[in-house]
Amino acid sequence: MDAAIQYILYFAVLVVLAVPLGRFMAHIMDGEHTFLSPVIAPVERGVYRLLRIDAAEQMGCRRYLASVLVFSGIGLVTLVALQALQSFLPGNPQHLPGVSWDLSFNTAASFITNTNWQSYSGETTLSYLVQFMGLTVQNFVSAGTGIAVMFALIRGFRQVKEQGLGSFWVDLTRTVLYVLIPLNLVFGICLAAGGVISNFQPAQKAELVEPVAVQPNADGGWSVIDGAQIEGDTVKVDGKVVEGARVVTEQFLPQGPAAPQVAIKQSGTNGGGFFGVNSAHPYENPSAFTNIIEMTSLLLIPAACCFAFGIGVKNTKQGKAIFAAMFILLVIFTGIIAVNEHAGTPQLADGGAVNIEMTDGQAGGNMEGKESRFGIASSSTWSAFTTAASNGSVNSMHDSYTPLGGFVQMLQIALGEVVFGGVGCGLYGMIGFAILTVFIAGLMVGRTPEFLGKKIEPGEMRWAVVLCLATPFAILVCSAIACMVPGLADQLNNGGAHGFSEALYAFTSCGGNNGSAFAGMNCNIPWINVMLGLEMLFARFMPIIGTLAIAGSLAKKGKVAESAGTLSTTNGMFVFLLVFIVLLIGALSFFPALALGPVAEFFQMIA
Amino acid sequence: MFKGVASRALGVFALFTVVCGLGYTLVVTGIAQVAFPYQANGSLITVDGKVVGSELIGQNFDDEAHMWGRIQNVSIVKGEDGEFMAYGTPSNLSPASEEYRQLVDARVKKIRASNPDAGMDAVPVDLVTCSGSGLDPEISPDAAEYQVPRLVKATGKSEGEVREIIAQCTKGRFLGVFGEPTVNVLKVNLMLDGAL
Repeated sequence: MDAAIQYILYFAVLVVLAVPLGRFMAHIMDGEHTFLSPVIAPVERGVYRLLRIDAAEQMGCRRYLASVLVFSGIGLVTLVALQALQSFLPGNPQHLPGVSWDLSFNTAASFITNTNWQSYSGETTLSYLVQFMGLTVQNFVSAGTGIAVMFALIRGFRQVKEQGLGSFWVDLTRTVLYVLIPLNLVFGICLAAGGVISNFQPAQKAELVEPVAVQPNADGGWSVIDGAQIEGDTVKVDGKVVEGARVVTEQFLPQGPAAPQVAIKQSGTNGGGFFGVNSAHPYENPSAFTNIIEMTSLLLIPAACCFAFGIGVKNTKQGKAIFAAMFILLVIFTGIIAVNEHAGTPQLADGGAVNIEMTDGQAGGNMEGKESRFGIASSSTWSAFTTAASNGSVNSMHDSYTPLGGFVQMLQIALGEVVFGGVGCGLYGMIGFAILTVFIAGLMVGRTPEFLGKKIEPGEMRWAVVLCLATPFAILVCSAIACMVPGLADQLNNGGAHGFSEALYAFTSCGGNNGSAFAGMNCNIPWINVMLGLEMLFARFMPIIGTLAIAGSLAKKGKVAESAGTLSTTNGMFVFLLVFIVLLIGALSFFPALALGPVAEFFQMIA
Repeated sequence: MFKGVASRALGVFALFTVVCGLGYTLVVTGIAQVAFPYQANGSLITVDGKVVGSELIGQNFDDEAHMWGRIQNVSIVKGEDGEFMAYGTPSNLSPASEEYRQLVDARVKKIRASNPDAGMDAVPVDLVTCSGSGLDPEISPDAAEYQVPRLVKATGKSEGEVREIIAQCTKGRFLGVFGEPTVNVLKVNLMLDGAL
């Protein structure tokens, strides 16, 4: 019962906050007066004057695209340089060495594409300077870029026989200044109050209550010696001295400016953690209070985008219809994950020796890879939200979910990140599916397809197909190639079907620009880093090209008057069709791959 | 089409690097340091001027006289002078394999052997699983309750005293609804040792 209330409230909080934020974003897009204008409008004008930006410029789709690409390119180069040179730069109290070329490329591609896939652990790889002057900046501007492209698409629907889609620089500046910075100042300070660390000190040490004895293991690391007796510096097992053993008396307590970065990585659907284990780390997400802020904010802007779209195209019903389709999918997927995680697995129950029941005194269920303070309800909801929203932050380890829980996580990403999806990009991805839906519906009744008063013709259809298939194409091609490389199996943490799932998840996550992982797999080797990096770039920029092409072509068209024969795109029938088409494309593309991974593992589990 | 794009891109990029990277980070960190210094600096527990841990970061406990936490996969972080420091990582194991069942079974045997007087037959799941961070500082109230008879015996404290310590280290749900109730293992152990 406690769990059920949590699920309902998490969804309710999201909807209640997303509606007003959507309205606010629509005002921002058109530069209208808002409650923040008295403070921010002078700053905004100052930015335009300083950088000689013409606030009234109307870019065509090519110029808009060129601006996006050049801007992202500068981000890529800068991030690679910052990482490679971090040992020569200030803000590196741990004296960490420069990052290898392949890892810096992977990380740079990952952060400029709003993916935030991480082949590294932040606390032992990156300096504070790289984290806040490099990664945090991309968290803001990659999110802003996604929203800007969505604004351009909205103008494409709205314009009648015009060329202009607005100015990328204005859209980006407004989004960052009015939406992202104010929102994250609030979130960041709340998180710090809740215990997320925020300082510039080097890592701390603490004296362990119980010293630990370790010895070298086969992987080149160190393992704890079971049943060791520690006498000073010598370690004995059953009275015999263990050679090469070491006694560890101190604990590593990483520090750094985490709170501001954590706030924006959640709300910008970035997802790249300050620490390796992301929001499962108690310094990144210490309590149920910080958890609800982080979890709500990760889906807040994508949900608000639906309402902003409706207001923007002057058809609020359309915004609600798209929201409804996404919401239905999210509820179904959350439900499947939750049921499976509460049930746990027979292997964990160990014939009744382990109590996995939910009681007043424990969450029960599949607690492997989950934190006690979050239990099953807050972990399952987060994992559904984060794979829906191309966020990719985690508060529990997806690798350790039940087979069907992991199946749903992968499926949500593979659907093209359109169940809310990333900020801006989830919405324009879904519009691709909406165009496909009106086309198919139009074929069924024999009418020229129309969407929001614009005729959908072969030009738009071609780009809509690019938009819908870029993700499945990238995922399937890359995972197929990777699986043919003999060395892949050595990088996996689990065997059998689950091992395949680890590899499939990595390529799915990058192809969906999600960034979460079945983290047992070691991806930090050159060929995987490069391949995942290229995949992320493709999966980010192909859809942007498609979206802007559609926007440019729609803007030039006249409005078609609505008639009795026009198919409604705002009623229940359309919502149903849209959900159906999304699932159909996803199922057709991914069923074979998923059957080899999570589905096979499920049948092994119950066998 | 590209006229003026590069210069504006550079300008906007430089500006946001300063504003969102430096400015935003300094503002949030500055406010956090002034308003919530304890939380912003890692919720460290100090005893006699020495840092003995953080309220938020779990440690590995194996002693009969200490409460045990989640299974910790201890990993080693090397300091600048080559010194070893303990840290934790998640297992990332699938909970649906036969190898996993064997692993759980071995943990169950060890825990049952150390807690012969436990009032519950089945072992609470938190005690046989690794957490998401590998650093979980807490366990469920059931998992704490399971260990009470052993702690009474091993520490020489009365059952009432042990339960009182556990109660002091127990946190309920946020607003009575969100998250799960938990017991902070490090704090319990510091109190059992008389250090806190």
